[in-house]
Order: sequence, then C-alpha cells, then structure tokens
Amino acid sequence: MARYLRYLVPLGIFAVLVAFLFRGLSLDPKLVPSPLVGKPMPAFSLTRLDDPGTTISDVDIKGKVAVLNIWATWCVSCRAEHDVLLQLAQTGQVAIYGLNYKDNRADAQRWLRQLGNPYIANAFDEDGRVGIDWGVYGAPETFVIDPQGIIRHKHVGPLTTEVLQTQLLPLIAKLKS
Amino acid sequence: MKQLLPALLFVWLLLGTVPASATVTLEAFTFDTEAEELHFRDLIAEIRCLVCQNQSLADSDAELAHDLRAEVYGMVQEGRSDAEIVDFLVNRYGDFVLYNPPLKPATYLIWFGPFVLLAIAAFLLVRALRRQGQAPAAEISAAERKRLDAMLGRPAVHDKDNDA
Repeated sequence: MARYLRYLVPLGIFAVLVAFLFRGLSLDPKLVPSPLVGKPMPAFSLTRLDDPGTTISDVDIKGKVAVLNIWATWCVSCRAEHDVLLQLAQTGQVAIYGLNYKDNRADAQRWLRQLGNPYIANAFDEDGRVGIDWGVYGAPETFVIDPQGIIRHKHVGPLTTEVLQTQLLPLIAKLKS
Repeated sequence: MKQLLPALLFVWLLLGTVPASATVTLEAFTFDTEAEELHFRDLIAEIRCLVCQNQSLADSDAELAHDLRAEVYGMVQEGRSDAEIVDFLVNRYGDFVLYNPPLKPATYLIWFGPFVLLAIAAFLLVRALRRQGQAPAAEISAAERKRLDAMLGRPAVHDKDNDA
C-alpha cells in the first residue's frame, strides 16, 4: 500500500496548484485594495461644482454617514451607475457627495440637469490632485465614510442595484446604528 | 557553436530592447543634471501604473500615469527622498504600485516560496542520489559469472579485471 502512496504525490501537487490558480484567477486584477479603508479621509478643499465662488472641504462631509462618489462626464460607467445613485439618494439613508474628477464644469453641470442630481454637493477637482490623494485610479469609485470621517469602504467600478442592496445599504445601516 | 549562436542572439535582443524602452519618456521634463534625469527615470520605472497594470509609470500613456509622473517629477524637484516619494504613492494606492514588494507577512510567500521549493527539490535530489549510490551491487556466484562470460563471449581470463 505504502508503495503506491508515492504515486499520489504528483496528484497532491496538482491539487495545490489548482487551488492556487482557482483562487488567483477568480480575483479581478482591476480591483486594487485601497490602503485608505479604515483611515481618516484625506483632507481637501475645492470649489463647488455649481458655484466656483464657494468651497467645499472634507469638514463638510464629516459628522454623518456619507458617500463620496467620484465621477466625470467622460466616464461611460458613471452614466451607467447614475440611476443607482439616484435610487440611493431616494432612500434618504445617506448623504451623497460627489467629486467631479478631471472634468469640464459646464459639461458636468449640464449632466446633472439632464440626468438628475443625487448629490448634496459636488467638489470640482479639475486637475485631479484631490483624486490622487484619494487614491483614485479609475472613475467611478465610491467611498463610504462614517461620522468620524473614517473611510469604511471603497467600491471600484459602477454601482449596481445589487451592490447597493448587498454592500452599501447594509454597511450604511450598520454605521448609523 | 550551433547552440551558442541563438543564445548570443537572445542576449543581444535583451540588451538591445531594455535600454531602448527605458529611455522613452512621454513628457518633456527638464532636469538640471543628467544624473537627476536618470534618477527620475529609474524611480518611475519601478512603479506600476494602476490603469495599465502591466506597464510601469514610465511606460504608460494613461491619463493617471501622466498626472502621477508630473507629481513624482514635482517631488523630485523639491528634493524629496525616494522613500518619501514611494511612501506618498503607497499611502494612496497601496503596495500594489511597487514592482518590488516590501518584505512583510503578507509577502513572505513571494519572497521565500521559491527558496523553500528549491530546498525541497535539493533535499529530494540528494536523497535520490544517495539511494542510488547505496543500492547493493548485484552479487552473482562464480557459476553465474561463468555463464555470463560465456553468454557475452568473453574469455574467463578477464575475470580479474571484472572483479570491480
């Protein structure tokens, strides 16, 4: 019996290899975990999208459970997720802020007029410097921030109704309690 | 010689391609000295672009790569150290931006895995070789040897030489 056990060694090695590949290949390489989760949100101060004369900063976001959505009019997936953001806004569960990333102010304002505006306010990040501080590497991205201003979750890619139901809303409910 | 030629050709190709791609930058950054420029290029070649993940920050034409190159250039001009610049990027984008992963528990497998496999392979090799060496030499009786010699058509005189 022991004699034949050695023939199981290659099979064992194969099984380990399959396990590694199964795990490795089912990960999405586009999803890079953010080192910012669990840390205070990066400070910023930008002009408001709707009014170049007033500023908005991280201080405005603090004090309640909030969502910061990074978007732009050149971003196709942002358009795809826009309805989901409107849905989220309609629940009234959370304060949605926007970071309009490397965009054109007039285009972005028109976008909100035409498609509806789910945001309490938008910060206008024309050169993308604030985006870099937030570790943005591809719009759309969505951060969930607790009342202390700690980033609790980051979603990369367009929000879907499913993501909303299974991830964001449960987390928001937890943070509010 | 026949095997040497393709090998040489391969080495020549390697040598020929690497510096060529490393000297390309997409912006016209200006530097006071050539050493500064080389330093900057070395730095951005070690950082991975998050958009085109198989390209370095030096190679990528992604919008974000342009921005980050400008950011790194600014920090180099300010005289910030490499460690500070790398920290700046890692704090925002995570260890993922480093082609050279830092040594920590999550990366032990990457750093030590190959050596562990090598050690296992060496152990198995040594064991296999030892076993082969220890395999008992076939013992045959004088009668069998005679028969063997007859079969091989060897005269029995050679017996002495064959003792070993």
